[in-house]
Amino acid sequence: MLMKRSLGEQTFDIGNSILMILISLMTLYPLLYVLFSSLSDPQYVVQNRGLLLYPQGLNFDAYRMVFRNPNILTGFGNTLFYVTVGTGINILLTALGAYALSRKNVMLTNPVMFLIVFTMFFEGGLIPLYLLMRNLDLLDTRLAVILPSAVSAFNLIIMRTAFQSVPESLEESARIDGAGDWTILFRIVLPLSMPVVAVMILFYGVSHWNSWFFATIFLQTRDYFPLQVILREILISNDTNAMSVGVGTSDQMAIGETIKYATIIIATVPILFLYPFLQKYFVKGVMIGAIKE
Amino acid sequence: MRSYLIRLQKDLLKNKAIYFMLLPVLAYYLIFQYGPMYGLQIAFKDFIPAKGFLGSPWVGFKHFEDFFGSVYFGRILKNTLLLSLYSLVFFFPTGIIFALLLNEIKGRIFRKAVQTISYMPHFISMVVIVGMMFDFLARDGLVNNIIAMFGLEPVSFMRSPGWFRTTYISSEIWQNIGWSSIVYLAAISSINPSLYEAARMDGASRWKQMWHVTLPGIMPTVTIMFILFIGKFMTVGFEKIILMYNPVIYETADVIQTFVYRKGILEANYSYSAAVGLFNAAISFTLLIGANMTAKRLGETKLW
Repeated sequence: MLMKRSLGEQTFDIGNSILMILISLMTLYPLLYVLFSSLSDPQYVVQNRGLLLYPQGLNFDAYRMVFRNPNILTGFGNTLFYVTVGTGINILLTALGAYALSRKNVMLTNPVMFLIVFTMFFEGGLIPLYLLMRNLDLLDTRLAVILPSAVSAFNLIIMRTAFQSVPESLEESARIDGAGDWTILFRIVLPLSMPVVAVMILFYGVSHWNSWFFATIFLQTRDYFPLQVILREILISNDTNAMSVGVGTSDQMAIGETIKYATIIIATVPILFLYPFLQKYFVKGVMIGAIKE
Repeated sequence: MRSYLIRLQKDLLKNKAIYFMLLPVLAYYLIFQYGPMYGLQIAFKDFIPAKGFLGSPWVGFKHFEDFFGSVYFGRILKNTLLLSLYSLVFFFPTGIIFALLLNEIKGRIFRKAVQTISYMPHFISMVVIVGMMFDFLARDGLVNNIIAMFGLEPVSFMRSPGWFRTTYISSEIWQNIGWSSIVYLAAISSINPSLYEAARMDGASRWKQMWHVTLPGIMPTVTIMFILFIGKFMTVGFEKIILMYNPVIYETADVIQTFVYRKGILEANYSYSAAVGLFNAAISFTLLIGANMTAKRLGETKLW
């Protein structure tokens, strides 16, 4: 039965829809602007500052210069390394911990769980961490970017919750067939929890892809810098001159702008491509994480 | 005690595979989480790198007194509290309101599209977001061009102390309004539909249903998120501020955490900045416990 809607409700619906469209446009336009500008002729970008509805004077020079830049390329390579190795370690440790802590009749799991949860609310802070890294001789090594964030308590709890919901009867029958904990984890629990593993890959992967702070304080050698640190130089310290050599000075500023936009696109598109496929999973992940216990 | 140890010994043997799995995780937490907590002792010492954590001499509360007596103390405490308070008042509710309004959209495809778009900026890196802010908010950038269309004077958003809090919080909302609504949308979807039916029978309008059914239905989630928010109250996104600020806007942008970064990492004042950091962490922790206790007393959902 469809109820007749009052005038007030109809006005609300229309107003609400308009608001939602506005929010979507405000979210989307800056991103589209960056995309359009990166593909435009630098001169048009300068002329049209801020208002561009499609790429004007289609032009790939900015991308060509960005991809010729050795800093961007090594940064990109380093980021790929940090993302794959870092996420690999993250997933392995989180899965091991989550499995161990999801067992009911193991004596030390509760105190360990308390130790882990406590770190979500209190931490030693930046300076002691920095000194610890120095004492461990980890400064200026690739591991310095990966190890301090090897496990996240939040993600561990999400995964533990998922593991707990695997039916116990499955494990019991496997145990009767002679399977040990390693087999149960890797052959039964983990395959049944693939949606959560996908969320974990997304969360950890994105945070490695986007992280810059640890790299800034722990690394000195440029060859180890991830893409975001290079991006910071280009976007915030405004250092595009090195890339636009061979261009006349008057054009240099203009092309500098499009170089900025092109680097933003290169650093952002891989993530944005990945996430719609994982969307249905991460909504679940966020839910489990927030409504724990 | 003895019997406990005997039981533990048996348990360690019986579940040795599980304890073996736990080992690397435990090692991580002990080294990289509890290691720095142990290192916090330098806040009460004059840390001399050559002498290490243990060898450096104790100085009691000297660094805390220095900090409380310094000219920066008032300024950064005020900046931290104001920025956190503004986040709480202006940013925290946006996720809830957005979820409530989005929930009222009936078209499935439209709703899905809005959701997908609104989550997107959450995945963009802080560096890129701040880079875009510098670009869009520049004197000749997009926002100033729009302002100029209305015949108003251009504003140096990123270089004036008076605009820092506004730009910081608006960009937070822009980036996270969709993402922070996910939890609330999930909570809304688990409300029993018969409650809405009953409300409609009683002649409740959509506004009334939102107010009397949806909002109470998500209150437990709101409480949890609120407590978590309070726990992070004092550690407002310092990474973002470090990217955004420059000496021109220290006056409003410098918060405790960025001060720790500057004094500790850039100027190598280890003990002093560890003390400042500990002061910050202690307040955070107290706030969190206070919020949780208040929630408990009010009979609301609590974190533990």
